[in-house]
Amino acid sequence: MHDEKKPFAKDTSRAPISQRAQNTKESEKGSISNMVKVIINDVEVKVPMGTTILKAAEKVNIKIPTLCHHDDLCLAGVCRICVVEVEGEKTLKAACSYPIIHSIKVKTYSQRVRRARKNIIQLLLRDHYGECYSCPKNNNCELQNLAEEYGITSYKFGHTDAPRYEQDLSSYALERDMDKCILCRRCVRTCIDVQEVGVLEAINRGKETKISTYLDKPLSDVICINCGQCIDRCPTGALKEKNSIEEVWRAIDDDSKHVIIQTAPAPRAAIGEEFGLPAGTCVTKRLNTAIKRMGFDKVFDTNFTADLTIMEEGTELLGKIKKKLKENDQSVSLPQLTSCSPGWIKYIEYFYPDKLNHVSTAKSPQQMFGAIAKTWYAKMNNIDPKDIICVSLMPCTAKKFECEREEMRASGYQDVDYVVTTRELAKMIKQSGIDLPNLPNSEFDDPLGTSSGAGQIFGASGGVMEAAIRTVYEIITGHEVPFEKLRITPVRGMKGVRDAEVPIKKAVDEWKFLEGKSLKVMVAHGTANAKKVMDMLVEGKLEDYHFIEIMACPGGCLGGGGQPVPTTPEIREARAQAIYKEEEGLKYRKSHDNPFIKKIYDEFLTEGPCGHKSHELLHTTYTPRGKWIGEDKKAQNK
Amino acid sequence: MIKKNTNNRKGKVIFSKFEPFTALKKALDIGRSESIAEIRESNLKGRGGAGFPTGVKWNLAAVAVDKEKYIICNADEGEPGTFKDRVLLDEYPELVFEGMVIAAYAVGANKGFLYLRGEYKSFLPQLEKKLKEMRTENYLGKNILNKENFDFDIEIRLGSGSYVCGEETALIESLEGYRGEARNKPPFPANVGYNGHPTVLNNVETFATVPHIIDKGSKWFKSIGTEKSSGTKLLSISGDCKKPGVYEVPFGITIKKILEMVNAIDTKAVQVGGASGHCVSKKDFGRQISYEDLNTGGSIIVFNNKRNMLDIAENFLEFFKEESCGQCTPCREGIPVLLEGVRMLRKGECTHEYLDDLLSLSETMKLASKCGLGQSSPNAFVDIIKTFKDEYVLNENNDIKEKIFNAR
Repeated sequence: MHDEKKPFAKDTSRAPISQRAQNTKESEKGSISNMVKVIINDVEVKVPMGTTILKAAEKVNIKIPTLCHHDDLCLAGVCRICVVEVEGEKTLKAACSYPIIHSIKVKTYSQRVRRARKNIIQLLLRDHYGECYSCPKNNNCELQNLAEEYGITSYKFGHTDAPRYEQDLSSYALERDMDKCILCRRCVRTCIDVQEVGVLEAINRGKETKISTYLDKPLSDVICINCGQCIDRCPTGALKEKNSIEEVWRAIDDDSKHVIIQTAPAPRAAIGEEFGLPAGTCVTKRLNTAIKRMGFDKVFDTNFTADLTIMEEGTELLGKIKKKLKENDQSVSLPQLTSCSPGWIKYIEYFYPDKLNHVSTAKSPQQMFGAIAKTWYAKMNNIDPKDIICVSLMPCTAKKFECEREEMRASGYQDVDYVVTTRELAKMIKQSGIDLPNLPNSEFDDPLGTSSGAGQIFGASGGVMEAAIRTVYEIITGHEVPFEKLRITPVRGMKGVRDAEVPIKKAVDEWKFLEGKSLKVMVAHGTANAKKVMDMLVEGKLEDYHFIEIMACPGGCLGGGGQPVPTTPEIREARAQAIYKEEEGLKYRKSHDNPFIKKIYDEFLTEGPCGHKSHELLHTTYTPRGKWIGEDKKAQNK
Repeated sequence: MIKKNTNNRKGKVIFSKFEPFTALKKALDIGRSESIAEIRESNLKGRGGAGFPTGVKWNLAAVAVDKEKYIICNADEGEPGTFKDRVLLDEYPELVFEGMVIAAYAVGANKGFLYLRGEYKSFLPQLEKKLKEMRTENYLGKNILNKENFDFDIEIRLGSGSYVCGEETALIESLEGYRGEARNKPPFPANVGYNGHPTVLNNVETFATVPHIIDKGSKWFKSIGTEKSSGTKLLSISGDCKKPGVYEVPFGITIKKILEMVNAIDTKAVQVGGASGHCVSKKDFGRQISYEDLNTGGSIIVFNNKRNMLDIAENFLEFFKEESCGQCTPCREGIPVLLEGVRMLRKGECTHEYLDDLLSLSETMKLASKCGLGQSSPNAFVDIIKTFKDEYVLNENNDIKEKIFNAR
């Protein structure tokens, strides 16, 4: 059964048929004649034909343990921890991949099953090098949980005390520790199906099998886009982000440094999960309190520079539209593609380098923030920019790479010094002994702490588009977008590729040439979906589109590679709801209404959006890398 | 030049006299459903070892609704000790191909593959030549033998030496260009096979049997063999015997009789079914080759009194360690543990307690592995441990295991 909620598209999946989800014909779905009766541990349940035993058991609240199964991914059936007894079958069957096509009786915890599971856990632990307490996934590890659940107190088949592999620490964003890998291949399926990148694959056979890259090269030398989606789905500590916790503490401890932090909207809607709050709890203002108590000098809002991004990117878009449609300049590349997601940027640099002219030159909000902080903010507050340490809280591992890019030194210094993921900041808060859920609220600091709801919704897929339309439409027509409560619903949601049109009515004089036309936009999330859009662009099918938003991660930033683990379609949906709910309560809903945005253009970027100074500080260039591996190592890394 | 030993080419079915392509003509005459019915009636079961009824398999594929259907001949003969498909491919290729064409006609397939073991590459020119001849004679191609809309052709693809690719779904993965790894079953290839289409996948010997059945009828075929195992079986007999080779025997033949046939003396044990099969000791030599008793894909290896059974267990486990695809946990991780266990046994370092752990692990591997390779990998080990208790001594010191593991 192919689930619409799954972030990968069935038609583009490169997974072997065996490992894709089972298909039931559309017409058969839900029809009563195609319901089958299953008896699981004496509990009867009716499910649509083709439902797996695992999913049928979930319906009657019977939990079957899994390791390789993940709700976002196609089937694998390789870890074998979910084996169950099916009456009449000689062998045990993997519940995750066994489709129910006729009435069956299932036992999920018989003696044979329990013994098999224990033995399998023992086998996995045999070469699982390292101790839990020195593992980044301690307390959030699926293998550890299973070992505990099944009462493993000694290693029946031995336990290794020497590493087999060298850790791969080459990437700016991710680290791989194959001694912790249990070969569930979730990362492989993520990289291939969800992201269409395919950096990771199993190599060798038998006991020599390992997850590897092309020619076993370090991650920094292959076409990894740093999205970190593999980390989000790794059941153990084999994959993790490059940790910056100690560097940030050192900066905080150094009195000569002025340490500021920007927080992005997606982590604020998710960090609560690390403290036991249900998914979909926004803790923005409690987090401000925590950050101040931890010793940061100022806490600012990435949404401020998200508003700035809208001004720059929107102006760039309008300029292109005018040039192409009014002045008939065919050298202008439309549609314009968004540039906020550094995973997406690396993806297009690798896979579609000759389409980089479509990408907005506007930097991402994180990088605009760094450039503004070390110039405008520094000047205003009389701080030497060399003493400013600019930290950002991001839902993203690719941001760690982005801040290291050579282009990102517009202020004369590295604009953003350290990126911490949601998971890392949660650890720092815990280290500080701060009880985040029970903190009082605090406001952001000025001037980089005032933002609009338009900036806030950058955290969800479709948000950049919605924010841009709110501003661009108003510039073209002089009035607000005609959507109830400014909710531009056609660009919202979790569908992989979304297509929308906003008809332009009553355009002001400058934009009269657009009267009666429509603003045609598209939104895609997850690079597998980005690939679909890019293939259409290459085929020339998107000539009449104006603006396309692409986010590397499923669900947008809220499903980023730095967010709390686990991630599921339901969790991402809850985070999205939280972001949209919080935005509706904000004073300003449109980027151009933000008074501090007006102020920065009045006082600092005086030539206005896309002016000379903006270009210096807020715009960037890209590297057409291509997929050639190893030829120019520098082109890969930087 | 190696001289072929063809002395044993006598048998009631496969090695019996046969006029090529008469069965195909007959099948085209009697029609699709009658052809399938004949195979079903004959009680022909898969000769690769799994023993799934061929007629049932064909019927599943025949009734599946799809414009594209495929026939695949599994010629990835890789089980240690089997070499009977080699003989068929070398000496009776038209029989195999004819079986494939009949299958294609019966289920409505347009394309067939012969997945040839990489090591059998030397047969490629002669097989291609045979296919070419068949095309000229219109036994392959469009409107075969003037049967309108019956188009079928066969392509030969070479394997690359992986044992697991003999498992049907791993073979299909390999054909599709992926790593040779078994798929989840169900769905079975007859419903979802090559590129997602219904696919009939049979062993070389199964296809070679089909023309004989169509030609001489299911009644004749059922009169050979036992009640539940009709027909004959090709055996590849090797090891400690005077007359090794490929023999065609009727089902129901006892091990004892086989040993007499190949002139084996002082036999201690017989490995039936290759590395993944079972090790039979002297007291069980009265058992018979059949699906209901001792099932085999064709491999019979004879061991005489001079052999050390732990050597044999170790050898088989080394083989499986090499050939496990590495996909599922019980097989990938379990085999090295058993191998280490055998070595501990040989050194007298294995305790009663640990041997029980190993047997429990073996059971898990049989029950929980994803494919037949993993499920059968502990068979020989378990048989040898259970049957040849006098060939090893268990260590009574329970601390020794800790010591060994710590030193590892």
